[in-house]
Amino acid sequence: MADTSDTGKRMRIEVLRYRPEQDAEPFLQGYDVPYSDDMSVLQGLQYIKDWLDGTLSFRWSCRMAICGSCGMMIDGEPRLACKTFLRDFPAGSVRVEALAHFPIERDLVIRMDDFLAKLESIKPYIIPKEARSLAQGEYLQTPAELDVYEQFSSCINCLLCYAACPQYGLNPDFVGPGIMALLHRYNADSRDGGASARMEVAGSEAGVFNCTAVGYCSEVCPKHVDPANAVNQNKTRAAGDYFLRLVTGKGGAK
Amino acid sequence: MKPIPRRSNAPVFWGLFGAGGMLAALFGPVLVFMTGIAVPLGFILPSDAMSWAHMQAFAQHWAGKGLLFVVVALFMWHAMHRILHSLHDLGVHAGAALKIACYGLALLVSIVAAWVLLALGF
Repeated sequence: MADTSDTGKRMRIEVLRYRPEQDAEPFLQGYDVPYSDDMSVLQGLQYIKDWLDGTLSFRWSCRMAICGSCGMMIDGEPRLACKTFLRDFPAGSVRVEALAHFPIERDLVIRMDDFLAKLESIKPYIIPKEARSLAQGEYLQTPAELDVYEQFSSCINCLLCYAACPQYGLNPDFVGPGIMALLHRYNADSRDGGASARMEVAGSEAGVFNCTAVGYCSEVCPKHVDPANAVNQNKTRAAGDYFLRLVTGKGGAK
Repeated sequence: MKPIPRRSNAPVFWGLFGAGGMLAALFGPVLVFMTGIAVPLGFILPSDAMSWAHMQAFAQHWAGKGLLFVVVALFMWHAMHRILHSLHDLGVHAGAALKIACYGLALLVSIVAAWVLLALGF
């Protein structure tokens, strides 16, 4: 915990509370938190939990934008609490709420069952294009082949892009930006041969065509992944698959 | 987990939308300039460039017919798809009726455009 005893600065942190066993609906609760310039919003929440109100629940782990646990709405924007600093709210108050578009489990903790089921559906692992024996050695890849998918592999499943996506908000069946970035990460890998299996999801009614190219998903990503780009590359692929199957009699989706 | 939904037919409409968008970007501004500024003011283009005789000859040539048809029809498919999705963003969600109304209008305009162009003769 940062030493906050001598700065004299106070931040009003308004937190969206919801304890299903006692609250009929979520409500904002304010806390006055002493802070110093090096404190993140996450550290502000930890101060509340340690010193002011032990009943507050939130997810966190790494404190350095690696684990993707502390995604929340901070003054209405989807952000990682560990990567957002209290000093950046000079008005002296900040509102912290559970990620938009997800059911609230408790306080700032959301249910991510929907995301995990979708993640499983796209087979998020390399399905080798050709089998290799141990004696044949590794699957080699050139730097150019790595470049094609590398940024998409930076996704940490923090769900900020889902909270940013207005289409996911309107229709939670949409597979959404993060899953499409991960789907593309494997499809675009030179070692992978699973693209047609994944097309069943990308080309479905829950797939890429729900996107209306808003692009906010890519703006909020804390890891500089560009999910909007992944979605739009796969619109072209899904359209190609749709029409080519009429010629070849194949195609991924059913 | 939930079963994966069936294949989307969106590529048909998305393809027409994309083709119309490409044409609109390439030809839209210059058409506005020609029909709205250059010809009426006699600026750059002669003021009789779009006279009845010129335009009839244009529409009777097979290439002119083709160009007029794709500009009218694809602009329309582009516009109706965009309107349908903008309504969705505003909270008016596309049921079958709204889809039929939007894409049906685009189809109707395409058919009328083709019919009128063919009726003009060659």
